Amino acid sequence: MPCVPEGGRAPTAEELRLLGPQVLGVLVRRGADFATAEDAVQEALIEALRRWPEGTPHDPRSWLVTVAWRRYVDAHRSQTARHRRERAELEQPPSGPTEQADDTLQLLFLCCHPALTPSSAVALTLRAVGGLTTRQVAEAYLVPEPTMAQRISRAKRTIATEGLSGPGDLDRVRRVLYLIFNEGYSGEVDLAAEAIRLARELHEQTDDPEVAGLLALLLLHHARRPSRFTAGGALVPLTDQDRSLWDTDLITEGIGILQRALARDRLGEFQIQAAIAALHADAPSAGETDWVQIVEWYDELVARTDSPVVALNRAVAVGEADGPHAGLRALQQVPTSVPRHTAAQAHLWEKAGELARAAELYALAAQQASSLVERDHLNRQAARLRSG
Amino acid sequence: MAKYLLLKHYRRSSGPGNLPAADVPMDQWTQQEIDAHLTYMDDFADRLRERGEFVDGQALSPEGTFVRYDGEGRPPVTDGPFAETKDLIAGWMIIDVDSQERAHEAAAELSAAPGKGGEPIHEWLEVRPFLTELPTVTE
Repeated sequence: MPCVPEGGRAPTAEELRLLGPQVLGVLVRRGADFATAEDAVQEALIEALRRWPEGTPHDPRSWLVTVAWRRYVDAHRSQTARHRRERAELEQPPSGPTEQADDTLQLLFLCCHPALTPSSAVALTLRAVGGLTTRQVAEAYLVPEPTMAQRISRAKRTIATEGLSGPGDLDRVRRVLYLIFNEGYSGEVDLAAEAIRLARELHEQTDDPEVAGLLALLLLHHARRPSRFTAGGALVPLTDQDRSLWDTDLITEGIGILQRALARDRLGEFQIQAAIAALHADAPSAGETDWVQIVEWYDELVARTDSPVVALNRAVAVGEADGPHAGLRALQQVPTSVPRHTAAQAHLWEKAGELARAAELYALAAQQASSLVERDHLNRQAARLRSG
Repeated sequence: MAKYLLLKHYRRSSGPGNLPAADVPMDQWTQQEIDAHLTYMDDFADRLRERGEFVDGQALSPEGTFVRYDGEGRPPVTDGPFAETKDLIAGWMIIDVDSQERAHEAAAELSAAPGKGGEPIHEWLEVRPFLTELPTVTE
């Protein structure tokens, strides 16, 4: 063992969580196949838990790389016992500087492989790049651990079969990180914070304005998190949020990142979404929101995505900028099957002063809601109008 | 990802036309036909496990009781069953899948379980999405 005893200390879970993905990145860069390497890294981490209390290595990462590589070679050797020639090659890993940044990026490209379904990519990314345990990922997504283990090992097999040919798909990586942030459930692990951590790493390692846009978007939304729910868990809509609870440091950071990205004049969806979030974050009060500019950004986004969900959000913004009737006219262009269509109508009719009609629509929207907090919120809106 | 509840009602009679085998109740199947049916359902759950989509599932006793509160200090009132045969729930399964299309595909696969003469029973499966957590980005 490359171990210089320093007095023993067991590694913390957090330490291993950060080291694991780095070690995996090194193995993959050396040409190890992903699935076998991932197993080897897990074994090395267990080995660290066992041995470090006897003597903690000076350089924990190199120690783990050495142990994991040895495990990998053993596993690979038993898999390819027939191909003896490969052995010599494997036992002398290419030396060279440890290019950690490239390693992590390479891992992200693998984990967000186009052949994987979004849920598989999310699970694998959290495990292999986020360094979470299978149990933590399972808990975060409210599925049994064996189910998540199966999802991850299937994903690893898919990658092993498909391989990574050509440059990685940065767009996929951005979307997977966005999914982790946006559909993160509750659990021991804060998935929103995890998505931000990964987006920061990605941002440091790429020179891509859309990655910057993604990071800015996540930071700007995260900044508002403390104000999104009451202590009792009820949804607080943007206009009613207590802006003194917003995290001004995150907002400043997000806006700074966004401005530097926009200055490069390579606009994309995430930068536009971040720009809209920034205009909300920047307004001292809901009444001072620059809705005209927000509508302009939505126009830009509609032109690029042709998404009916974006068109719906645009109609709501038009309702604020040009009045509820203009908003309702814009909404008529949006298919009624788009989620939250009824809720948007209810909101606009309320602004137009048609309270009875708005109450009916809020109640209907509650029945169509896809999340529990939204359903409760919409029922409360109906009750508020009916009691008023 | 979204979770769906598959409710198994053993409800067949309003299925596609001209499927005489589909309407023969289980007590008129042979032992082998029953075994084949149960094996199919076990295998179906295993396939979902293998795909990383299985969350939970149970069979339910057909007989249940309706219970309600009857005021302070009074014992609960029990009654029923009132359910019609078509509302009977024989079992349920929860799956976690990438899309509604995939949920429907899985339900259709379960509905193809063999019955009389090894023919698919074509039962109606009720597919109900779970209400989710609120996504972080909504506006």
